Amino acid sequence: MNPPTITLFTFGHFERGFLERISGAVTKEYNCSVVIKEAHTDISEFFDPGRRQYNGDKLLREVDTLQVQGSAKVIGLFQVDLFIPILTYIFGQAQLGGRTAIASLYRLSNERYGMKADDELLLNRFIKEVIHELGHTFGLIHCHTASCVMQSSTYVEDIDLKNSHLCSKCRTETGKV
Amino acid sequence: MEKKISILVVDDEESVRDSLSLWFVEDGYRVECAENAKKALSILESDTFDIILTDLKMPGMDGLEMLRRIKVLNKDSIIIVMTAFATVDTAVKALKDGAFDYVTKPFDPDDLSHLIRNATRQITLAQENETLKKRVDSLESVEDLIGKSEAIKRVLKEVESVAPTNSSVIITGESGTGKELVARAIHANSLRKFYPLVSVHCGALTESLLESELFGHEKGSFTGALYNRKGRFEMADSGTIFLDEIATISAKMQVELLRVLETKSFMRVGGNKEISSDFRVICATNRDLKSMVEKGTFREDLYYRLNVMNIHVPPLRERVEDIPLLVEYFIRKYCTTMNKPVITIDPAASKRILAYQFPGNIRELENMIERAIVVGNGRKIGLADLPFGKDVIESSVESLEDFEKAFILQILNKYSWNISRTAQALKVDRVTLYNKIKKYSLKS
Repeated sequence: MNPPTITLFTFGHFERGFLERISGAVTKEYNCSVVIKEAHTDISEFFDPGRRQYNGDKLLREVDTLQVQGSAKVIGLFQVDLFIPILTYIFGQAQLGGRTAIASLYRLSNERYGMKADDELLLNRFIKEVIHELGHTFGLIHCHTASCVMQSSTYVEDIDLKNSHLCSKCRTETGKV
Repeated sequence: MEKKISILVVDDEESVRDSLSLWFVEDGYRVECAENAKKALSILESDTFDIILTDLKMPGMDGLEMLRRIKVLNKDSIIIVMTAFATVDTAVKALKDGAFDYVTKPFDPDDLSHLIRNATRQITLAQENETLKKRVDSLESVEDLIGKSEAIKRVLKEVESVAPTNSSVIITGESGTGKELVARAIHANSLRKFYPLVSVHCGALTESLLESELFGHEKGSFTGALYNRKGRFEMADSGTIFLDEIATISAKMQVELLRVLETKSFMRVGGNKEISSDFRVICATNRDLKSMVEKGTFREDLYYRLNVMNIHVPPLRERVEDIPLLVEYFIRKYCTTMNKPVITIDPAASKRILAYQFPGNIRELENMIERAIVVGNGRKIGLADLPFGKDVIESSVESLEDFEKAFILQILNKYSWNISRTAQALKVDRVTLYNKIKKYSLKS
């Protein structure tokens, strides 16, 4: 039997090298094979003109409908500004203990905050965000260990403070799954 | 064990409920949702939540009205109000009505995290405050267990050996010997000392009141049960429950008590949810439970369940050598309470106290000293400040008739032989009083 696969679904254009680095990090962290696929969904219907943002709840449901043979987990990668009705923005979200997650690059880049672009930093932030959201699909809740990737982050600076790995306790938990 | 903080989300928009629920579950909180105020209030009838996050504008009852009703049910509830139609007026109104905080939808993820973190800190502080208060109370009360006699040393030794265990204890002894103090000493020296010691005076309550007092009740379970109420067993979770005058409980309550002691779980009166509580039980009685078991008025199985350890507190007349220490202690205690300089006691008064039998034990001695400080000259307690020969009937009386005679004479003297006032004080008519005076040949 083939090992379970995690599928990275891209919405919009991502550099191949950029995606391969993410795929490598996810493979290493969750010890499973990763497939990159391009989604051809028109996401304009998920745009909320009043908020000028994309509805994260609806996008999560949309990604969940994408069928991928043999894929245990699916994460949609976006470049647009995501929101959920109660919050002004989100970096990503996931079905806790489910199959699907989403994450966006939009609010992770330095330029958004009036700082000099830093591609390496952006990549690292996105890797952490992808691993974090996938962690939720493995049933992990937020971790209080400062360095753990499952530590809750509400600002980009918070993401920079943690590393891209699960702490030993969270790793044990994903092992149980 | 760390208890999960619980949050109730009340909002008519499903997407808001789902988003918040997911957010809080990912943060490790226990979450429940309600789509309107009515549903929320119904959930709160059978469950409690540390934090309630509610929308302000909802169809039917609005968030402000719900806030007021929740505050009546539980004034310590932490309620955070959220609305998309923020105005300063509604914010101020919500805060005045007891809301913990107020937020405008949609909010930043970081604001939400801060809000919940602040509320959680408030809950932790309130819990710590309550625990520390109870701890201070317990430690103060242990100081009251005073004496150097062999009898009290034996009690203290037994307290010391039984305290660290989880065993049930029965404390026996006459009224006023300080059985509750012994229970406090056991609790304060146990591993449960940072948790509450909950006392219940079983003798003071009717069967149905005792049932509701011990197990709690659900709103509407009987006339007058206007709100949900936690029972004493629930309040004693992780701590100790002290059941005073255990011999007075009815046969039905004996059965119920036995079941709770065996399962450590129970249901509130009118409730259908099993509640678990980890408590240690200490009982006290001035009656001979063993002979009650033999007569069949106290259940044998309950007796053995309670009587794992037995501590007998001796009456004061069997520990006369402790009286001077107790007198000194009560003088200091009451002078300090009344903001008076600490006074001494006249040797004649001291001698008289030592000669007295104290049928009311330490409680009687304590009341006697308190009274003497109140009526005394503020320098020294003299014989005249003590109630001997005036309000107290000597324990030398041997029959009911002797007692009645002495008591009537005492009240007649108190009212300078004014027959009307004496009869009024004795709650008899004047003819009855004249008959008694005649019967006992009383003279002024």
